[in-house]
Amino acid sequence: MSDTQSPEPKGAIAKFLAASPDSVGKTIFIAVAVCLVASMVVSAAAVSLRPVQEANALKDKQVNVLQVAGVYEPGIDVTEAFAAFEPHVLELSTGDFVDDQFDPATFDDLAAASDPDLSVALDNDPAGIGRKAEYRVIYLLRNDAGDLDKVILPLHGYGLWSTLYGFIALENNGNDIFGLQFYQHGETPGLGAEVDNPRWKALWSGKKLRDDAGDLQITVAKSQPAAGPDFYVDALAGATLTSVGVDNLVKFWMGDAGYGPFLAKLQAGEF
Amino acid sequence: MSQTKKELLVDPLVDNNPITLQVLGICSALAVTSSLQVAFVMALAVTFVTGFASMFISMLRNQIPGSIRIIVQMVIIASLVILVDQILKAYAFQISKTLSVFVGLIITNCIVMGRAEAFAMKNPPMASFIDGVGNGMGYGLILLLVGFIRELFGAGSLFGVTILETVNNGGWYVPNGMLLLPPSAFFIIGLIIWAFRTWKPSQVEEREYKIQQVEAH
Repeated sequence: MSDTQSPEPKGAIAKFLAASPDSVGKTIFIAVAVCLVASMVVSAAAVSLRPVQEANALKDKQVNVLQVAGVYEPGIDVTEAFAAFEPHVLELSTGDFVDDQFDPATFDDLAAASDPDLSVALDNDPAGIGRKAEYRVIYLLRNDAGDLDKVILPLHGYGLWSTLYGFIALENNGNDIFGLQFYQHGETPGLGAEVDNPRWKALWSGKKLRDDAGDLQITVAKSQPAAGPDFYVDALAGATLTSVGVDNLVKFWMGDAGYGPFLAKLQAGEF
Repeated sequence: MSQTKKELLVDPLVDNNPITLQVLGICSALAVTSSLQVAFVMALAVTFVTGFASMFISMLRNQIPGSIRIIVQMVIIASLVILVDQILKAYAFQISKTLSVFVGLIITNCIVMGRAEAFAMKNPPMASFIDGVGNGMGYGLILLLVGFIRELFGAGSLFGVTILETVNNGGWYVPNGMLLLPPSAFFIIGLIIWAFRTWKPSQVEEREYKIQQVEAH
């Protein structure tokens, strides 16, 4: 080690390089040097690419909101189209907006699900999500006259291998489904991943959540339930467990533990 | 090494293929071959990592202390993998979503480590780089072969473009769902190994033991 403090740096470096690599000093030096260089490369890449990555993730989410609301076309200006949507932070238990407490533009409801102050552990957890955030970011889409047209609600739950993250778009009566779409999942390609199939997604359009008595009837199943075709989406062939997962997560989020209070207020015409 | 640079590059494609002859990197080959696009990006990523990891390790080979050489190799490989992962997330977001954890798992791909330890520690940087690229390409070749079969017959498409219109989309082809599950890649890789060894009998390994014929007394 004393070599490195020698007054002739050039000679010292040459001497150092020629030394046996197995000496203790050199072992420590190489370990430290390699780690330093590697960490600098990795952190430089991570820091310099982060803005691009965050823009990607944001755009991806926005595209999905646009798609589920049926206003997405390839090539449109996503940021501009997304500006038509009104984001709100919703308190699930009361069904009220709490935009004064959280900024809807920056509030991360998925991160909030692991924050003990903002979430609750679920005892009855059919969607397999463990913890539920008390607050979610939802989007309202109004028509040109300023009347409520659609609401876009995020939902997620466990399928076969993975948690599926998606959005459901409801008509302004809070009961008719306009569309359902998942933007992130790890289900089996060709089987469970057929949740992305446009033909299957189209099945959701026009279905209803609740019957006239107000009971949640929407079902993803292999055969039509007693409630009738308005409440029935055919399960995916070859993907029973993914279908069961989707069934569970839709029922959970549309039920009283999820958006139930909000949907009741929506039906009462409060927004 | 007496091998020319061309041999270093071409040898791992068939004659010394990391998957079929060395039987390395099987686990990721099972995971990422259900669609060609993903297999292709994975092949590029692995080729990049094996090439540059071998080159950097070779540049340092006379300085790396024997006692910590594996750790030094791992640090270099891991840094390159993180670099690839970050670049994919920034510039190929959709693909990085499908590749998810598998890019990170290149770190544990035995091919990268195997070339670093077996070749790069003993050879100059340029030769090591070519050797790494060649092995990455050999891995990629099998990935694309397996991916071709799995995507075509499992989903009826190639690179996401529909070739055989499936029944789900109103066509005639009933896809073979098993081909989309990881075990099918085992069968396909097994068949490819069999085909390669029939074509090049020198690849057939000698039996470790033979059943003795004992004559009756």
